[in-house]
Amino acid sequence: MTERYRYLETASQPKTLRRVAIDPVTRVEGHGKVTLLLDEGNRIHQARLHIVEFRGFEKFIQGRPYFEVPVLVQRLCGICPVSHLLAAAKAVDRIVGAECIPPSAEKLRRLLHYGQVLQSHALHFFHLASPDLLFGFDSPTSKRNILELLREERFRDLALKGIKLRKFGQEVIRAVIGKRIHGTGPIPGGMNKHLTDEDRRHLEADLPWVLAWAEEGLELVRRIYLAEPDFHLRFGLIRSPFLALVRSDGGHELYDGRIRVKGEDGRLLFDQVPDSDYLRLLREQVKSWSYMKFPYLAALGPEDGWYRVGPLARINACDFIDTPKAEAARREFMQLNSGFPIQASLAYHEARMIEILHCAEKIQQLLADPDLYAGELVASGTMGSEGIGVIEAPRGTLIHHYQIDEDGLIQRANLIVSTTHNNTAMNEAIRQVAAEYLDGQELTEELLSRIEIAIRAYDPCLSCATHALGQMPLWVELQDVRGNRLQRLVRHSDGTVEAR
Amino acid sequence: MPSFALDGQEIVFKPGQTILEASIAAGHYIPHLCWHPKLSPHGSCKLCTVQVNGRLCSACTFPAADGQEVISASEELRQLRLRLTQMLFVEGNHFCPSCEASGQCELQAMGYYLGMTDGHFPHFFPRREIDASHPEVLLDRDRCIFCELCVRASRAEGKNVFELAGRGIHTRLVVNSPSGRLGDSALQAQDLAARVCPVGAIVLKETAFRVPIGRRRYDHKTIAEVSLEQEAPLVRAHWQEANHE
Repeated sequence: MTERYRYLETASQPKTLRRVAIDPVTRVEGHGKVTLLLDEGNRIHQARLHIVEFRGFEKFIQGRPYFEVPVLVQRLCGICPVSHLLAAAKAVDRIVGAECIPPSAEKLRRLLHYGQVLQSHALHFFHLASPDLLFGFDSPTSKRNILELLREERFRDLALKGIKLRKFGQEVIRAVIGKRIHGTGPIPGGMNKHLTDEDRRHLEADLPWVLAWAEEGLELVRRIYLAEPDFHLRFGLIRSPFLALVRSDGGHELYDGRIRVKGEDGRLLFDQVPDSDYLRLLREQVKSWSYMKFPYLAALGPEDGWYRVGPLARINACDFIDTPKAEAARREFMQLNSGFPIQASLAYHEARMIEILHCAEKIQQLLADPDLYAGELVASGTMGSEGIGVIEAPRGTLIHHYQIDEDGLIQRANLIVSTTHNNTAMNEAIRQVAAEYLDGQELTEELLSRIEIAIRAYDPCLSCATHALGQMPLWVELQDVRGNRLQRLVRHSDGTVEAR
Repeated sequence: MPSFALDGQEIVFKPGQTILEASIAAGHYIPHLCWHPKLSPHGSCKLCTVQVNGRLCSACTFPAADGQEVISASEELRQLRLRLTQMLFVEGNHFCPSCEASGQCELQAMGYYLGMTDGHFPHFFPRREIDASHPEVLLDRDRCIFCELCVRASRAEGKNVFELAGRGIHTRLVVNSPSGRLGDSALQAQDLAARVCPVGAIVLKETAFRVPIGRRRYDHKTIAEVSLEQEAPLVRAHWQEANHE
């Protein structure tokens, strides 16, 4: 799908234009900025989302032992470390030849993952996104934060419930891997412990209100959305295919599945692609103005092959959800576009809330499963030299790929992180907002915040997404104490270095 | 029975015992990293530095003597031990967040015990080679603190697998094998030398990250409590055996 607003990616005469920057983009995870180039009549000629931080994990895990990698790479993120832990653990399972891990271990990992998705979604919606939706897009930006929600009598109860929902997800994580953030549990071929009865009692005691609040949250988003359906459908509206893992029967899946790509018209472009074939399906493009790459479907090329991932992609791509309340919510949601994939950026919020409800239901099912409390925990197999682990992280499909040498040390790593998949989509969404709502207007803080609202819908985790080394364009500048440039080295995207 | 005073408390000792042995056997912890109850003392980490009659000495090598006045629990000595521990951290590459030994590591536990909140000194970031050639044992030199426990253990086992080579900042742990690689050495996973490392420099691959958080050695107890629980009985047993002989 060609980007309708691509004409705003690069201005033809940038030096003649005025530059407006939103730096940093707020209420997202990590650091990014948006730049707009405008002419004298405030007509927008260029809009870009730049990711300005740099991590380098792919490089510095080289030479580390494979069994250490899941624990190491989870440090990519403080919001969704479990996703990296599990994607890497799945890759390591394949390295040690234990692709099929014991049922107890898989169920423990699933419980861990549902806790993770629940807490991450709750964090995003209640802490980061809901102030925009509840106070309104035209309200003062200084008011739009969770502390103001807590100060306002009418929103206090909701904000507290959001905080407690997140806490419950984190408690699930703590029960499985010992810590709310950056624990240890997945090991090559399985897990290192069962859940205790005490943990079960502790979590089950909270489940009734967790389910009730998940439903309330979903109802709230739906109410907001339907209060102004035309505006919400149009805001940040872009059109693309959606990519997600699904079960073998087409059901919604978060932990382990096969890749499906559903086109804008609902047709399946690809289905049941083994996750280990991701290299055949996807390519990545580098652009000189961002540290984040731009993935695309190889078969469609860099111009037309962009797509979206994440909660909306998963709900759009799947045929059903295997828990009753979330499935009922999905059916109702899909009516927004008569059963066809829903394209509105803001629809991500409702999809996210459906998944919170789904996770709560799955946690309830799993806690009643005796396999969590007893049974084999580790499988073994024949050692190989390569492993690919793919998982549906809260923000979308997360790919970890490792190759090891004969001693078991990492030789090569490739991480395609959820947010990276949405890079083109986020850029296209801000270009849409810039073209539809900002073009020709006198820019105010509230108008500019609409750009952030469009980005925020995708819940980007920018710190997770910028780790590649090698061909990434880079500028290194040496300045004296007064800030005067003494020397500049530029590495181009083809790897050549030039002194300027 | 001869005795000395440790921080004002009388410690009865057996002739031949060091101050550290006598103190630990009597249930009084003195910080240490390079000492192990089953191996000969080394006196290199200096964490066990105490004042004996006003003079600084290594408690692990200094013989106990009747009437000594020994000070261990002073703020001055805590500061000294803290600086030594910080130096050990910055001289190597100790990334606790991803280290298999985290929660079971004596260096990390010592840091907590001494109230360490930062490295204080600039990090050296040395470049050291990792050796994963052994099928069961990983040697990660980044984390080595040169305590020589593995050297002494391997020597006592008659294998002489490890040795320190080089001097000063160039000191490094080397392996006694034709290729210099651990995989070509006589080391076996069940050897004490493969299991005695107080940090994460020598790791058993098979059991990496198997101990869940909450059940690790220092999750609920300080290094002092663990030492008195696990090392004190070994010291007592050793000296009982020695007396019978």
